[in-house]
Amino acid sequence: MEKSLNWREFIITRLIQTSGYSAILFVALIFFFLLREGLPALSEVETSSLFNPRWYPIEDYFGILPLLTGSLIVTLGAGLIAVPFGIGTAVYISEIAPRWMREILKPLVELLGGLPSVVLGFLGILVLSPFIRVFLDLPTGLTALTGSILLGGIAVPTVVSVAEDALDAVPRAYREGAWALGATRWQTIWRVTLPAAKSGVLTAIMLGVGRAIGETMTVMMVTGNAPVLAVKLGSLFSPVRTMTATIAAEMGEVANGSTHYHVLFFIGMVLFLISLGVNIAASSVVFRAKKRAERILS
Amino acid sequence: MKISINRHLMQRLGFTGITLMAVATVLPIVAVVIYILAQGLPAISTEFLTGFPHDGMRAGGILPAIVGTLYLTIGTAIFSVPLGIAAAIYLSEYASDTPLTRTIRIAIINLAGIPSVVYGLFGLGLFVLFLKFGTSILAASMTLSIMTLPVIISTAEEALRSVPQAFRTVSISLGATRWQTIRRIVLKEALPGILTGVILGLERAAGETAPILFTGAAFFLPRLPGSPFDATMALPYHLFVISTQVPEMPIKIQYGTALVLLVFVLTMNLIATVIRSRARSKRQW
Repeated sequence: MEKSLNWREFIITRLIQTSGYSAILFVALIFFFLLREGLPALSEVETSSLFNPRWYPIEDYFGILPLLTGSLIVTLGAGLIAVPFGIGTAVYISEIAPRWMREILKPLVELLGGLPSVVLGFLGILVLSPFIRVFLDLPTGLTALTGSILLGGIAVPTVVSVAEDALDAVPRAYREGAWALGATRWQTIWRVTLPAAKSGVLTAIMLGVGRAIGETMTVMMVTGNAPVLAVKLGSLFSPVRTMTATIAAEMGEVANGSTHYHVLFFIGMVLFLISLGVNIAASSVVFRAKKRAERILS
Repeated sequence: MKISINRHLMQRLGFTGITLMAVATVLPIVAVVIYILAQGLPAISTEFLTGFPHDGMRAGGILPAIVGTLYLTIGTAIFSVPLGIAAAIYLSEYASDTPLTRTIRIAIINLAGIPSVVYGLFGLGLFVLFLKFGTSILAASMTLSIMTLPVIISTAEEALRSVPQAFRTVSISLGATRWQTIRRIVLKEALPGILTGVILGLERAAGETAPILFTGAAFFLPRLPGSPFDATMALPYHLFVISTQVPEMPIKIQYGTALVLLVFVLTMNLIATVIRSRARSKRQW
């Protein structure tokens, strides 16, 4: 009896431990398969033509620059929307809103995070893009801007929840100290609470932007998918094509093992490295802030 | 005196501005839900919910897409729930703050940030081609599971950690082993929190399209999938197909499909919210 209990305990502990390590295994596996299928692209396509401004796979033009700039401009637009609105909403929820309001707003923002991106893309096609076409008098409503607005909406919940956690973590004594010195609640928010939560807010922005750059379906449905180099601000009002949309749109039609197939995996590898960079940067900001706080408090 | 009036005016202006921003953020969410409800309800009928699409999907129902999404969600749960909860138990109950643990945490954060279409590529490379599952429910579910894992791990770990340390100390001092303590005391107390995380994770999986595009989604199937090795239709992919790939698609069917998907996802969201708030009000520690 005693012995079998020990055995069970031993096996279960091992199983739990292995599950714990699984996250590392999966990240490694994902990276390995992206490398395995993506790296051959480098030998099949010359490096110089990978950075060609032309993406036209049918005639073997595999320049990923238009896709990179497309992703960047859509993400930039999304950031310009999601950052102010996300942080504003986080400040409102954490510092200004009465309790009952908070209980309504938080689930609603969470709901936005749960809305399938394909539903937003669907509404983008039927409602937002006709509106933008008429309102801005453009030849088509399927533009980078349309994508940016919807992506902004998709990134907002991430920004709100991370920034709100950061604001909540600021000790109440900081605020009370500022009030006692005669500062208004508004001054306290700007000069004390937000600066104290700076690293968390920065993390919120980075994770929000990371979420936006990786979004696929919405962007594919509403940005028009034209692989043109987007370098001017005016590109915001014309169709673009992002890296994610290119993979999603073309992977279904390529032959496994073809050059096109390898290049699409190569783009996936670039996306993976971008998200890896963003996330490691974001967590190191938090980590450093924690260390600094420990030093000050001890 | 003048300064102090300005300060208070400033505060009033600032508060109004921030409030408006919060309203501008939340109002579109409510508008989207109401709009889809209003536009989609007329399309809902018994035939729409229980019939197969016909006439090139321009008529008939969406049963295979509904059933497919159910299968995919269940398939995702089978893989991700046990693995996710076990990983959370490891992080909360066993792991100490070593470099290895920190690496695990960084890996989880990174899993959460990887773009959904990259999961699709990975699923294609590993499950569909390398392991030869083919485009199938199995391959799509496994891809979705790995994507869902970080949500489940982090919410479950938070729920486990919120169980007071004293509960564990008392149980161990009464002679229970570590696993007995976890199973009978800690897991039991953390169950509502874990359940909330599981449902929120599965909600995301149910609504995703990009990871299943090349791992298991089918454009059209004349019958329901018969085994895990069959491809399947799914609600989000079906909505994508009928709103972008099928010309002259009746708008009513598009809104109806969006509505069914939305209701599917919102119901899961609602269940999670209810479990969480009930657990919070019942909690005695």
